[in-house]
Amino acid sequence: MRPTRVTNTIRAQRFAHGEMTQAELARHVGVSRQTVIAIEQGRYSPTLEMAFQIAAVFGVPLDQVFQYSATAPVPEGDTP
Amino acid sequence: MAVEEKRSWIMLVVAVVSYAAYLCSVLSGPEGLPLERAPYAAALLWSVGLAIVVTIAANIAVAAASGEEGAAKDQRDREIHRFGEYVGQSFVVIGAVSALCLAMADAAPFWIANAVYLAFVLSSLLSSTVKLVSYRLGFHPW
Repeated sequence: MRPTRVTNTIRAQRFAHGEMTQAELARHVGVSRQTVIAIEQGRYSPTLEMAFQIAAVFGVPLDQVFQYSATAPVPEGDTP
Repeated sequence: MAVEEKRSWIMLVVAVVSYAAYLCSVLSGPEGLPLERAPYAAALLWSVGLAIVVTIAANIAVAAASGEEGAAKDQRDREIHRFGEYVGQSFVVIGAVSALCLAMADAAPFWIANAVYLAFVLSSLLSSTVKLVSYRLGFHPW
């Protein structure tokens, strides 16, 4: 499966916002906890609207939560 | 595991088991009779009917066990479902074309019915597999 070039800081944002749980974030955004987990782990690229919703929950701009890398991310354990 | 992922597993297992049962039933038919004359209609109808009933019952059980969260599909579920069905539909088309060719070649109804049934089963298997892979390994529609 082609890895996404979109990375995110959802985990860090959750901890910065009162250690918000994945279930709480899921409830705010209106998705299942599994979907939040998939986004957090980079296994699902959310739509633009959902990305904005997640950023709005944390009260930060979109680019503080999601970043796009011009080069493909290197899988963990692989060294260039 | 997401509820929709469990439903994909149900679909996969039911499709495999019901088709295997159907094949066992047809292949163990009366000896000495050519396969194309073997009675298959009742076995086919029973396997399809039981597969539908078992799928509905298992889906209800999964939804009940999952509580409130199991009731709603979210955007990811809908996208993965749509993608899986889109990929799986290819086998329905292949089955229809195969049945058309068999009919034009004056094949026995046994082969036509079985080509269509096999295409439905393969469609179901492919669709479920694509959904499970999307849930497990990742889904990036963009």
